[in-house]
Amino acid sequence: MEITTKHLTYYRRKATNVIMLSFSFIAAIITIVPLFLVFYYTVKEGATYLNLDFFTKLPTPIGEPGGGMVNAIVGTLILIGIGGGIGIPVGMLSGIYLSEFGKNKFGALVRFLADVMSGIPSIVVGVVAYTLVVLPMKHFSALAGGVALAILMIPTITRTTEEMIKLVPHSYREAGLALGISKWKTSLFIVLKTAWKGIATGILLGLARAAGETAPLLFTALGNRFWSTNIFRPIASLTVFIYEYSKAPFKDWNEQAWTAALVLIMLISVLSLVFKFITRSKY
Amino acid sequence: MTNAKVFQISRFLKTIEVELVNIRESPAEIQNFFKKSDEKKRSRFLKKILGDKNLGDIVFERLTLLFAVLVFLLVLFMAWEMYSNSELSINKFGWKFLITTTWDPYAENFSALPMIFGTIVSSLLALIIAVPLGLSVAIFLAELAPAWLEKPLSFLTELLAAIPSVVYGLWGIFVLVPWLRDVVEPFLQNQFPNSPFFQGAPYGYDMLAGGVILSIMVLPIISSISRDVLKSVPDPLREAAYGLGATKWEVTKTVFTNARSGILGAIILGFGRAVGETMAVVMVIGSRPQITASILKPASTIAGALANEFSEASSDLYLSALIELALILFVITIIINIFARLLVWGTERRWK
Repeated sequence: MEITTKHLTYYRRKATNVIMLSFSFIAAIITIVPLFLVFYYTVKEGATYLNLDFFTKLPTPIGEPGGGMVNAIVGTLILIGIGGGIGIPVGMLSGIYLSEFGKNKFGALVRFLADVMSGIPSIVVGVVAYTLVVLPMKHFSALAGGVALAILMIPTITRTTEEMIKLVPHSYREAGLALGISKWKTSLFIVLKTAWKGIATGILLGLARAAGETAPLLFTALGNRFWSTNIFRPIASLTVFIYEYSKAPFKDWNEQAWTAALVLIMLISVLSLVFKFITRSKY
Repeated sequence: MTNAKVFQISRFLKTIEVELVNIRESPAEIQNFFKKSDEKKRSRFLKKILGDKNLGDIVFERLTLLFAVLVFLLVLFMAWEMYSNSELSINKFGWKFLITTTWDPYAENFSALPMIFGTIVSSLLALIIAVPLGLSVAIFLAELAPAWLEKPLSFLTELLAAIPSVVYGLWGIFVLVPWLRDVVEPFLQNQFPNSPFFQGAPYGYDMLAGGVILSIMVLPIISSISRDVLKSVPDPLREAAYGLGATKWEVTKTVFTNARSGILGAIILGFGRAVGETMAVVMVIGSRPQITASILKPASTIAGALANEFSEASSDLYLSALIELALILFVITIIINIFARLLVWGTERRWK
């Protein structure tokens, strides 16, 4: 009797083990299913309009088939350009502060705030950019969109810069200082140069995320059906086009929304490839 | 004060005096001061203001400090900017903004409650779906998967987070919503005909669709942070459990118990993300500010209302009510994030 109970417990434990472990395996499979579904539909539906026109022509008026989104592609690039132009220096310099001088209470506070800031919804950042840039200027502009994207990038870049600089072995720094190089030159030309690859990856992550943002652009950069590269005027972006075209009751607009999504994903991938190429190791 | 110190200070003051007299008497010297070949004088003066440090070091430290302060001020500035721009609505509605249930732009009667309700319910729905799945994935990645499977699988789950939310929304409109409308929702209504949660015609654009799409978006966060937390639990704990004859699942349970506050942090971070998520939700949730028990009816979230109505706000009061909505969302997410970060930090530090 005694032995049977023991055996039962043993088999029950064995069975629970197998069941729970296979459940976690199945869950892992389920998790990546949406990923493949999203990719599958984006490629399948997006391929319809993926031709040279899409990259070279402007959107056509309602009811007229064809056309492309060259203005939105250029607009997205301009927007992340402005965002990066403001966000990268601010993020990198504050990250350098955190790693080089941030071992005090103020450093801990900034580190914590940067973490908290990365959790602020992008649409709230959009509202701030609206009150900050659009209200004083009295009209929507690419600049406002760029400012919103910059604010979104800063926490990612700050924290990656800090983490990457911390990974540089301390002996590099000591070697620099032992040669009589001043501290700031050691930081900039030895430590930062060594950490550059990792930092570039962080910057890329920030830029890629910015390229995919829609919410903060809706009422800052607004969108534009015409060609415009003026940063003080509303500007088109791929994401806003996807949003507007997906809501529209026209079949060809919906299809173009899929194409825009495909192009957006391709743009983000190309961006990462370019960065990988630039930052690849020379040794 | 010792005599030496007094002497030092008086000497220092004297140098300054001499400099001032020099400057007053010959203004051209100011411009040439740093260029002048009087090395001894120059280095003495610089040493007086800089102490032992190099000028470049000081500039470098101050410059980076300036930007760190900028990041610090940015958060405060954001809160202040939204507060000052929503004063009109704060003064008019006061606390009623959080309690009453109508959002009516035509009558200019605004209340955030329906949106707060929609935000929280859709986020909770997302957690109900994403937490069991996300934690299972985390367990699989941290405890079970062989190395050759772990890397690509982690990469794929993180790729989920890299897809822009508007693309999820697009997919939601054309794939998820029709599927929910034609398959899932009729099924739920047949199974639970009397449940108050599944009332109303299945339309597809509703709270359920919002919750499902959100769950896909928060899954990567929950699974990757929990995986890191589980991995930070030291191996001797696992070895001890194996040594006592535990099965793999029992070992996992032990590890899990020891990491629970960090995992709670991961879940709360996921919740914070769901609360602030905008595009994917606004595209599928139906955008109607109402409070109902049924998850098959359209709803609206704070972020969704902002995305929909902000550029159409016709009056100053309307605009300031929307900015107050943004302020509420800001405060909610800040609180959630602070809480979650503290939990995750606490667990990870515990094992260091």
